[in-house]
Amino acid sequence: MFRRERSIPLRCSAAALCNNLSVLQVPSRNLTHFGVVHGPSAQLLSAAPEGAPLAQRQLHAKEGAGVSPPLITQVHWCVLPFRVLLVLTSHRGIQMYESDGSVMVYWHALDSGDVSPVQAVFARGIASSGHFICVGTWSGRVLVFDIPAKGPNIVLSEELAGHQTSVTDIATEPAQGQDCMADMVTADDSGLLCVWRSGPEFKLMTQIPGFGVPCPSVQLWHGTVAAGYGDGQVRLYEASTGTLHVQISAHARAICALDLAPELLSAAEDTFVHIWKLSRSPKSGHTEVEHCHAECVPDTQVCGVRFCDPSGSSFAVTGYDLAEILRFSSV
Amino acid sequence: MSLRTLPLLFLNLGGEMLYILDQRLRAQNIPADKARKVLNDIISTMFNRKFMEELFKPQELYSKKALRTVYDRLAHASIMRLNQASMDKLYDLMTMAFKYQILLCPRPKDVLLITFNHLDAIKGFIQDSPAILHQVEETFRQLTEIYGALSAGEFQLIRQTLLIFFQDLHIRVSIFLKDRVQNSNGRFVLPVSGPVPWGTEVPGLIRMFNDKGKEVKKIEFKHGGHYVTAPKEGSFELYGDRVLKLGTNMYSMNRPVETHMSGASRNLASRTQESIAPNPLAKEELNFLARLMGGMEIKKPSGPEPGFRLNLFTTDEEEEQAALTRPEELSYEVLNIQATQDQQRNKELARIMGEFEVMDQPRQSASKGDDLLAMMDEL
Repeated sequence: MFRRERSIPLRCSAAALCNNLSVLQVPSRNLTHFGVVHGPSAQLLSAAPEGAPLAQRQLHAKEGAGVSPPLITQVHWCVLPFRVLLVLTSHRGIQMYESDGSVMVYWHALDSGDVSPVQAVFARGIASSGHFICVGTWSGRVLVFDIPAKGPNIVLSEELAGHQTSVTDIATEPAQGQDCMADMVTADDSGLLCVWRSGPEFKLMTQIPGFGVPCPSVQLWHGTVAAGYGDGQVRLYEASTGTLHVQISAHARAICALDLAPELLSAAEDTFVHIWKLSRSPKSGHTEVEHCHAECVPDTQVCGVRFCDPSGSSFAVTGYDLAEILRFSSV
Repeated sequence: MSLRTLPLLFLNLGGEMLYILDQRLRAQNIPADKARKVLNDIISTMFNRKFMEELFKPQELYSKKALRTVYDRLAHASIMRLNQASMDKLYDLMTMAFKYQILLCPRPKDVLLITFNHLDAIKGFIQDSPAILHQVEETFRQLTEIYGALSAGEFQLIRQTLLIFFQDLHIRVSIFLKDRVQNSNGRFVLPVSGPVPWGTEVPGLIRMFNDKGKEVKKIEFKHGGHYVTAPKEGSFELYGDRVLKLGTNMYSMNRPVETHMSGASRNLASRTQESIAPNPLAKEELNFLARLMGGMEIKKPSGPEPGFRLNLFTTDEEEEQAALTRPEELSYEVLNIQATQDQQRNKELARIMGEFEVMDQPRQSASKGDDLLAMMDEL
């Protein structure tokens, strides 16, 4: 059903982080941008449809006090109504660039004032919601930045409290009309999910408790929250109520990345990538899931996975220690 | 990254070092009492209370260079000496073994079980020395106190920190290649069969629920692996069945410890960066080293106890050859203590390193190496 396409070579290998692949599709220019974290640096590259790499750039975490170069935790493109920004989170703070990574437009240093010496300080979890960019932090706080249509006048507008442990991932989707309550979900190291409604002030709608395992990756689509957990489980919830609809024993190791549109893509440290088809039963209205495809990436601890086109007919994979982006497309 | 990684890194690498030294001491027929003394001295130095105190302080991981310097010192804590080539090989084996263990670790928390496996084996080496045994058990208690309370998320961060430390290392190890746990390209085999981690369900089931939380449908799917449920959880007590085999001694008398340099590789670009660029953090690292090794109480060899040289290779010629052919990008440049401008720190470090003779020792291999080169020119 899927065949392996030509890989895109990377200058440096991918780090063993979660959600370690960001993809920006630029259909108008027939290009796809990829972003992968190596460690103290992140690599951006653009490729043509067949996978030929066209341009590449390396970004580094801003230096600060400390013994070793700061490590980047995540790199992610945020698509806003009037612009696209590239956001980079690290153990020092949050850097925002123009979408090609050429110019840094904003720097936010993390406040580590009262932190106990044992606590690692970092930002992690990036998503855009309307004209806001939301970024998670080590303390559980979610920072909300107000982004102007152009220029560097970015302002920290709100700090959301909802999590007691480090944020792992954030997912958003455009508000589905007036009666849609929830358009953002945040996840943390304890497995807790917080569902929010965006606005000039973000409002916490529901909390979905964890069960002792981290939730490294979360997605939101058409009112359904898809969450991947450290014990290899994937769970689907109703966003507005927090009701559990589906529970999948999907992987044998911790899940590291999910993507959703319209199929669900899951990847884990067990070397497998799975594709699941979501549907709604016409009789009962319940969410149903069907397994479509299993792809084993031999001897590779997968760390990132993304669909490369809106229909979900192709996807890309990154793995720890791998200096290439693997691509697959359906036949 | 995590500030709790250094003790785990140090103890596990130290454990691997002892496994390898033990095997080589027996393979080279070193008299039992000398071999025992070497292991006792090294273990005693590793678990020294002051040293452990420094180690357990929350701190970032230092560079591979700094860490390597600590092991150089540790390996020479007794009457045994190692040439540069043997020390390089020892460090290669140690790091690849622990990288393998971290990669295959079922749950992030199981890195603690791997550490306990190493400590259990270390206790076996020093059975006849109650004082050192007490030190090891004290460290055990400290580990339990600090790591016993960490969450799964914090262990995941520790694991990620360790994997970043070991990123891009693909040295091929003969024993791993033979056992088929490593491929010929230097990458480890990640099996898709066997027991799932404790607490994980065997993949293959999709369960669907209605709004009341009642399960309404259950279907199976083919996930591609051949997994079975975990039989039981490993013990985190002072004594107990760890269940996990990672971290136990894989060397025995008859298994030689060879490494093959994987040679020039694209992936080494980032590592070359580290060793060539002047290290602006050298001063911080030297402070760390001074503190850490200040806690190491090295016993000066008393009386006419003759030292001996241990060879990690099967012959002296092999050792010389290895020294000559080691790829540039894989050389572990031991930290240059002259690099710092801080005279005070320099003096203090020089004092601590006073007994550390190897760095100043004239390389006997150098002259033999010259002969070899001369011979090759004549061919």
